[in-house]
Amino acid sequence: MNDEKTLDPKMIASKPLDPKTIAERVPGTAGSSLTRPNAASSNLDLDAPDKPYLDSNELIINMGPQHPATHGVLRVILKLDGEKVLGTECVIGYLHRGIEKIAENRTYTMFNPYVDRMDYCAAVSNGLGYCEAVEKLMNVEAPPRAQYIRVILTELQRIASHQLWLGTHALDIGAMTPLFYTFRDREEILKIFEKYCGARLTTHAFRIGGCQYEIYPGFEKDVKNFLTFVAPKIDEYETLLTTNRIWLERTKNVGVISGKDAIALGVTGPVLRASGVKWDIRKAVPYANYSKFDFEIPVGSNGDTYDRYLVRMAEMRQSLRIVEQAINGIPEGPIMAKVPKVIKPPVGEIYHSIEAPKGELGFFIVSDGSTQPYRLRVRPPSFVNLQALDLMVRGALVADVVAVIGTFDIVLGEVDR
Amino acid sequence: MVEKYKRQYGSGIEAQTYLGQNYFTVDRSLIPDFLRLLRDEEQFDYCVDLTAAHYPKREKQFDAIWILYSFPRNERIRVKTQIADGESLPSSFPLWPTTDWLEREVYDMFGIKFTGHPDMKRILLPDGWKGHPLRKDYDILKQDTEWVQINLGIESGQ
Repeated sequence: MNDEKTLDPKMIASKPLDPKTIAERVPGTAGSSLTRPNAASSNLDLDAPDKPYLDSNELIINMGPQHPATHGVLRVILKLDGEKVLGTECVIGYLHRGIEKIAENRTYTMFNPYVDRMDYCAAVSNGLGYCEAVEKLMNVEAPPRAQYIRVILTELQRIASHQLWLGTHALDIGAMTPLFYTFRDREEILKIFEKYCGARLTTHAFRIGGCQYEIYPGFEKDVKNFLTFVAPKIDEYETLLTTNRIWLERTKNVGVISGKDAIALGVTGPVLRASGVKWDIRKAVPYANYSKFDFEIPVGSNGDTYDRYLVRMAEMRQSLRIVEQAINGIPEGPIMAKVPKVIKPPVGEIYHSIEAPKGELGFFIVSDGSTQPYRLRVRPPSFVNLQALDLMVRGALVADVVAVIGTFDIVLGEVDR
Repeated sequence: MVEKYKRQYGSGIEAQTYLGQNYFTVDRSLIPDFLRLLRDEEQFDYCVDLTAAHYPKREKQFDAIWILYSFPRNERIRVKTQIADGESLPSSFPLWPTTDWLEREVYDMFGIKFTGHPDMKRILLPDGWKGHPLRKDYDILKQDTEWVQINLGIESGQ
């Protein structure tokens, strides 16, 4: 066996990565520490000629697609030196259902439930992004009351998504208790969804032009009860993890990515913010009625797994703030804008994006004036974020790969679409 | 900014706005220079998305679309160009490393190749698959029956 195994994981993780940086290969990106595999061929030289005798140092192993820590059907080919990762290559597409092709063969209304099946952990956010994109294309706006209902449900969904992430991420790293705590509390959000629209996971809560359903009697009371219920629970998760020595050892300085590299790789969402870039679409390009609410954008500084954890915990608290302001200010009025029964947007193209729990979720729609989109492109946050995996795990240990996959908060339904 | 580039490139660039969103329609030959200028001079440092659309009735069948965002300017624009079937585009990987997978996906779905990409192969569909599903002449029920029969051992994937 190899000596590396006995080293402190933190030391290996903080070692400088592959010296072949992108700055050397590409003019104009000087100063970036972005490492890339050998650009001329595949990441791993899988076709490289066999060594004359069994090389006990280098090992290529498959992680997934049935590995539980890959959160679905992600397959990562790892090139290892002992336990140290030399390179990775992601193989994706196991859950590809051709969502974009389906969109071209469905009407705008019929396609609405399909978007829930992309990021199935945050279906409400997907629905908001799609409905707003089509509304923008048709140049209509949802009425204020619908906007408030949308914001409340979307922010509850963000909390639910982060809770699910925290539970599974902690489980991957070896802490079992947070999973039970977070799923217990997420249940309360799902109950509100179920009472509102009948579904818990793939909700189809919004329609193009507003909301289908009026809030049910007692909705405000339920949400307010939830707010008082969950605030101390978030503190409870933190007592389990924030100062836990094992948690610190496993997350600090693991999977570090600088803000500059994150921007170059198109990484968005909490992963970008943990690297110190204060950028949130809710503030930068406000959509729905987020500009009416007072909240902050939590940012980290080190860009490691621990900071991403802190950023998401802070984001949950900010979401609570938004929900609290929104639930006390729901205006009276209609919940549906005047949209025709058959939706036929004028000829044109639109790109609209929202801040989903995972990052920038965008919809690019080309309309040819018919009832079906001519082309619908989804810009999935998980797909783009996952590209940074290779950079973040180079030089780390196999166990850190699990931590880093968890910290991205990927959902394979969205990666593969 | 528009004026400046119009003067520089003449009729090769057209700037339009639709529903408050700005986009450039750029001649294929100007693409590498223009994208580099946008990144280096105009600070469009984040490539949000790269995608394509198929118009089979046109002579130049494909639209390639880059969606760019600038953090310093807080501005989003799109760059569009038309290319014919079989033509390739220069890879934007050296400009924005994020286009690595995005270009692979465009190749997978439309069959547009990007020259200079480090690893131009399919990403979502299996490597041996024939056909590019997001082309308009690819029916929604169509599949590579041969691939399905050989690799999955079933008559049809439907």
